Amino acid sequence: MTDTTRPDTDPLRAAAGNAATPEGISPPVVPPQPDDVTRSQWRDVWRQFRSHRGAMVGLVIFVSIILFVSVGPLIWTIDPTYVDIRARNSGFSLAHPLGTDQLGRDLLARLMAGGQVSIAVGLTAMIIAIFIGSLVGVTSGYFRRLDAPLMRLTELFLALPLLPLLLLMVTLFREPLSQTFGPALGIFFLIVGAIGATSWMQAARIVRGDVLGLKEREFILAARSIGTPSHRMILRHVLPNVLSPIMVAATLGIATAIITESALSFLGLGFPPDFPTWGRLLYDAVDQMVLYPWRVIFPGLLISLTVLCVNYIGDGLRDAMDPRIRGR
Amino acid sequence: MLNFTIRRLLLAIPTLLFISLVIFLLLEASPGDPLADVPLTVPPEVRERMREALGLGDPWPIRYVLWLKQFFWVEPLHWTDQLFGTSFSEGMQRIISFQSRSPVFDVIAQRLPQTLTVVGMSYVVGILIAIPIGILSAYRQYSWFDQIGTFVSMIGFSMPTFFTGVVLIIIFAVNLQWFPSVYDTTLEVTDWDSFLQQARQMVMPVTVLALYNAAQISRFMRSSMLDNLGQDYVRTARAKGLSERVVVLKHVLRNSLIPVVTVIALGLPAVFGGAIITEQVFKVNGLGQLLISAIHGNDIPMVLTLTFIFAILIVVFTLIADILYGVLDPRIRYD
Repeated sequence: MTDTTRPDTDPLRAAAGNAATPEGISPPVVPPQPDDVTRSQWRDVWRQFRSHRGAMVGLVIFVSIILFVSVGPLIWTIDPTYVDIRARNSGFSLAHPLGTDQLGRDLLARLMAGGQVSIAVGLTAMIIAIFIGSLVGVTSGYFRRLDAPLMRLTELFLALPLLPLLLLMVTLFREPLSQTFGPALGIFFLIVGAIGATSWMQAARIVRGDVLGLKEREFILAARSIGTPSHRMILRHVLPNVLSPIMVAATLGIATAIITESALSFLGLGFPPDFPTWGRLLYDAVDQMVLYPWRVIFPGLLISLTVLCVNYIGDGLRDAMDPRIRGR
Repeated sequence: MLNFTIRRLLLAIPTLLFISLVIFLLLEASPGDPLADVPLTVPPEVRERMREALGLGDPWPIRYVLWLKQFFWVEPLHWTDQLFGTSFSEGMQRIISFQSRSPVFDVIAQRLPQTLTVVGMSYVVGILIAIPIGILSAYRQYSWFDQIGTFVSMIGFSMPTFFTGVVLIIIFAVNLQWFPSVYDTTLEVTDWDSFLQQARQMVMPVTVLALYNAAQISRFMRSSMLDNLGQDYVRTARAKGLSERVVVLKHVLRNSLIPVVTVIALGLPAVFGGAIITEQVFKVNGLGQLLISAIHGNDIPMVLTLTFIFAILIVVFTLIADILYGVLDPRIRYD
């Protein structure tokens, strides 16, 4: 992945191969086709990824959970916030396959709606964290002068007590943000921003380490010797080569973000009550878990299953991206 | 080594000062008003006097420096007074909680034992489970034991503690009625019966946290063992004719414990702060519960002090982990 020249496209090798043909005469027009289609890096990664059984199972389940929360509401069209007080606390039935809650809202519809929010929070927070992390990592690895201050900053963030601070931020800024953006969107921005701003440090450290190693490589020297400016150097040569650790960190970041969001919701500091997320559903159901245990178990299972799948995918990606393991 | 320690200690001071400033400013920027619960019938001038009495009248830099002085000067003086019966801190104002009107550190001292017994115990249990599992699954890599161990530890850190806790409550407290679901902190251990009761109420919170900790530590242990098992010195030890037991448990284990010990040290601050959720599930009124109630009650001194104590713990244990690494592994040189 560090070298753009593939052995198959190497003109010297191709010439040698032609010379070794039994006829001794080179065939008329057979220019060595660069068969990038079959040997591209991502195809290799995918092949290795497929051989990781846990990761494949994880991917399949994760995709079906995403389908469940995105396509599901189109098929199961009951409004998750519709209050049907006469049908409250009903068990499993045809009208409500997973029953209803204490206000008669359909649990299946609420699980789908809650999943949309939980997964959206996970993805967005991960994107923010990865963006900050790679920005800090690449700049501190690439520009020597910025290295020390940026790494001090990273260590500082690592020394922050994160969960208490998250609780603090969410409680303190809940009101002003919900007034500006509306209750749902305001809390979404707040939670996503807070999680993103407090979970970029690992990614930054990993990326910095990789960039420091990359800087010593010949192709960087070559690119510099023809006068490549810094921004193109970073975008064209450095970033593509640190993509694999970033992707692994991103996958694992989704898992932590989903857990953090549901933990906040569980502590009663997440989204407002009429706005279901998996953590919120679990929190609402805890009061009545003695009578209706499945209301706790379904959202909890979905959270755990999603996180488990994402963790397995991350594991598989890490193995697949590592060229030392890929050959095996 | 000494040089390194001193340098790191000196570096820790500005770090901690900055963190305390960040927490302070975050609280300062908050719209929450500690006087929000005061009835509206109280006239404005009285309300203003109440603000003054809470020490909220001064601009924030003065209040910040005052808090620093209270934290780093008045409180230690008070502790020495308590220990030696001296009277250095006479007439000095300690950090007072807005909610309970008692010194913040006294409240923390009341809550600390609960957190330490439950969470500390779970950490010890977690380590004791994790290390043998890590050793065995590395020694028999890809065996069924390893596969199951990896799967269970994957589940262990994928399941959030609030879910495992609630499931355990449903199974063991509601359906089987083996253990109480609420942790009774007023229970005093005086005789065998109350000790049994204490043990029974500790089983579930300890299990939840121990499972979570063991999942992480056992993965570290396994990969560290795997790194070492492939080393040349292991082959040499086997070639010398040492028994497998000595090779694994003496040579490999000692070397693989080095990174694991630092991971354990790094995880210790979480013992104090990170178990907030588990404490909430089982209604243990420890430090985490104290923090949450203080946040809800706009109790600024309490939140500030508690969060800052967590930050100190993180910085101190990171330093300890680094030093331990250098002490245990002579190949690591910090100079």
